[in-house]
Amino acid sequence: MTTAVQIKQLTMVQALTDAMRTMLVQDEAVLVLGEDVGTNGGVFRATDGLFEQFGEERIIDTPLAESGIVGTSIGLAVNGFRPIVEIQFLGFIYPAFNQLMTHATRMRQRSMGRYTVPMVIRAPYGAGVKAPEIHSDSVEGLFTQIPGLKVVIPSNAYDAKGLLIASIEDPDPVLFLEPMRSYRSSRMEVPEEKYTIELGKAAYVKKGEDVSIFTWGAMVPDTMKAVEDFEKNHDATCDVIDLRTLYPLDKEMIQKSVEKTGRVVIIHEAPATGGVNAEIISLINDAAFFFLKAPIQKVTGFDTPVPVYSLEKEYLPSKEKMINAINTALSY
Amino acid sequence: MLEKFPLTQYVSEDGKLLDDTAKEMMNPDTLKHFYEKMLRARMMDKKCTNLQRQGRIGTYVQYEGQEAAQVGSALAIEEGDWMFPTYRDHAATMTFGHSLRSLLLYWVGRIEGGIPPEGKNIFPPAVPIASQLLHATGVAWAEKKKNSDRVSLVYFGDGATSEGDFHEGLNFASVFKAPVVFFNQNNGYAISVPMEKQMNSKTIAQKGLSYDIPGIRIDGNDIVAVYMETKKAVERARNGGGPTLIEAVTWRYGAHTTADDPSKYRDQSESELRRGTTDPLLRLEKYMKNEQFWSEEWFQAIEQQISNEINTALAEMQDFPEADIDNVFDNVFEKPTWTLEEQREHHNSIKRGQKS
Ligand SMILES: Cc1ncc(C[n+]2csc(CCOP(=O)(O)OP(=O)(O)O)c2C)c(N)n1
Repeated sequence: MTTAVQIKQLTMVQALTDAMRTMLVQDEAVLVLGEDVGTNGGVFRATDGLFEQFGEERIIDTPLAESGIVGTSIGLAVNGFRPIVEIQFLGFIYPAFNQLMTHATRMRQRSMGRYTVPMVIRAPYGAGVKAPEIHSDSVEGLFTQIPGLKVVIPSNAYDAKGLLIASIEDPDPVLFLEPMRSYRSSRMEVPEEKYTIELGKAAYVKKGEDVSIFTWGAMVPDTMKAVEDFEKNHDATCDVIDLRTLYPLDKEMIQKSVEKTGRVVIIHEAPATGGVNAEIISLINDAAFFFLKAPIQKVTGFDTPVPVYSLEKEYLPSKEKMINAINTALSY
Repeated sequence: MLEKFPLTQYVSEDGKLLDDTAKEMMNPDTLKHFYEKMLRARMMDKKCTNLQRQGRIGTYVQYEGQEAAQVGSALAIEEGDWMFPTYRDHAATMTFGHSLRSLLLYWVGRIEGGIPPEGKNIFPPAVPIASQLLHATGVAWAEKKKNSDRVSLVYFGDGATSEGDFHEGLNFASVFKAPVVFFNQNNGYAISVPMEKQMNSKTIAQKGLSYDIPGIRIDGNDIVAVYMETKKAVERARNGGGPTLIEAVTWRYGAHTTADDPSKYRDQSESELRRGTTDPLLRLEKYMKNEQFWSEEWFQAIEQQISNEINTALAEMQDFPEADIDNVFDNVFEKPTWTLEEQREHHNSIKRGQKS
């Protein structure tokens, strides 16, 4: 007997709820913890309905203390549970940075595998929703520098579910960043059943021949808009790749694409310096240097705090900047 | 613990004086001044909420119901003292010196909105919870080292007392006897989480015990109590007596912010009930009426005057020059680094339609 797979049209935030529900049903050890995740269903409603379904022993409104939440979740994880921690906005993870840096990511090595921390930290992030100061920080680069931490960012509803389930099942700590701007911006078919998307694997958004574009998160749909405009007016096509996992990067896919096109544009909204773009450039330098036909271009945010909302639009990579960078890459 | 930290009131809910030690300051002029500042705060809060609903400002954080706590405490410090607000404490900052135009600019997403007027020591609102307690302690510590008699007044909510920074702030202040007044507004909720789920302690005032900091619990809707008790704490700090922790028990009528829906986690009928019982403006009005300090003409005159002030501020906000991206690059360091200069140049060249 075969059962038909049920498919639903979901927003990204609904797909994330669905992923958590799937895992809460499957595994008693899975817990959801965070500020306002219970009755309120999370400030973005990512945990909506879970409290009603699973109760206060599993969907836990914690005191307002990020270091406390992450630190105690390390203990819960070491002692048999699988905590999914919600940090209300990525910009409020800084109090927990110490726990992440000094303990969550080192416990396995420190105990030579005796103690492990299978924990997921979820956090909305990114600019473009007119939020107050700090709420819009895009600082994924801070976390790819932490040894022992995987960093995952979905750009659509389907990936969000598969990547979150894979992150929950991962035996090590995963930082799962959710682009706020993409939470409700579109709907997509998402199967009701459980499925996973392997961490560390990028995905094609579209294929092309002349320029490789690497991006992630809320920049994926923005990039696609620029690429569509560009391709309409030019006799060149773009290979657009959504990296999905920022640590570890999908070396193979990056390498293959660069070998094909020889031209690269990297697009992200995080600050320009010391970010993930530098790591991608370094990887290309190692893996595909002799295929390059042009200097690698990048389109990024500024080395400034994300401006408050009257200026945040200027901070985000614009279509003009993206098209300009693609043209520059092609002009050599 | 509730018996050890009883709720201090000076004026009862029906407008009767309960504590004679305040009698002297309770003259018509002072009380009219108190009332006017609270009314100004309330009218401004309502205006901002409406502006948000009309899409003319961004997400806004309301404080309606907390006017006595904010205004009464702000009136207890002096020019030269320091104030450390959160995102919710505009009633305090506008009482201490922020212009209404600045507040509007803040909520329309302008950096300029966080800058206090010249000569006023008001920190930009702290958005990360509890982080400002340490700044207040550091500033107060500096004042002490400089042998001045200036003090810090720092605001925070009930949820903030769970953060490590709250405990670190109190501990440092206690160890270094810093002249700081920790002013907690216990409005019952940290977004959706009620006080009893935030902590198992019955009061916030008792948290001072472990740091040997005097903790007092006051009716935060009684502006006389707020003013009198904050003043005492300020004077003690000024005279070398060290920090105080004040828990002002109050209530915010509305949502956590204009982006929040309180019907998910609390029964809003309580707010409606409280408008007729514990309201801070109503209480002072009752007392003033009992004492015959109140007149309808006076009330209408100040209402009109405040309304004019708000409209002027709104016009000023609308006429304010457009936001300038240079502000963002210019103020990361004293002198922008080459990276910032390159990014600025690239950004502006693309804006001008040039390639680079
Ligand atoms: C470090 C940090 N974590 C989370 C948040 C998100 N957040 C904003 S306000 C708030 C609740 C604050 O409650 P409380 O301290 O009681 O102050 P209130 O807003 O009620 O005045 C939360 C969780 C934040 N701003 N900072």
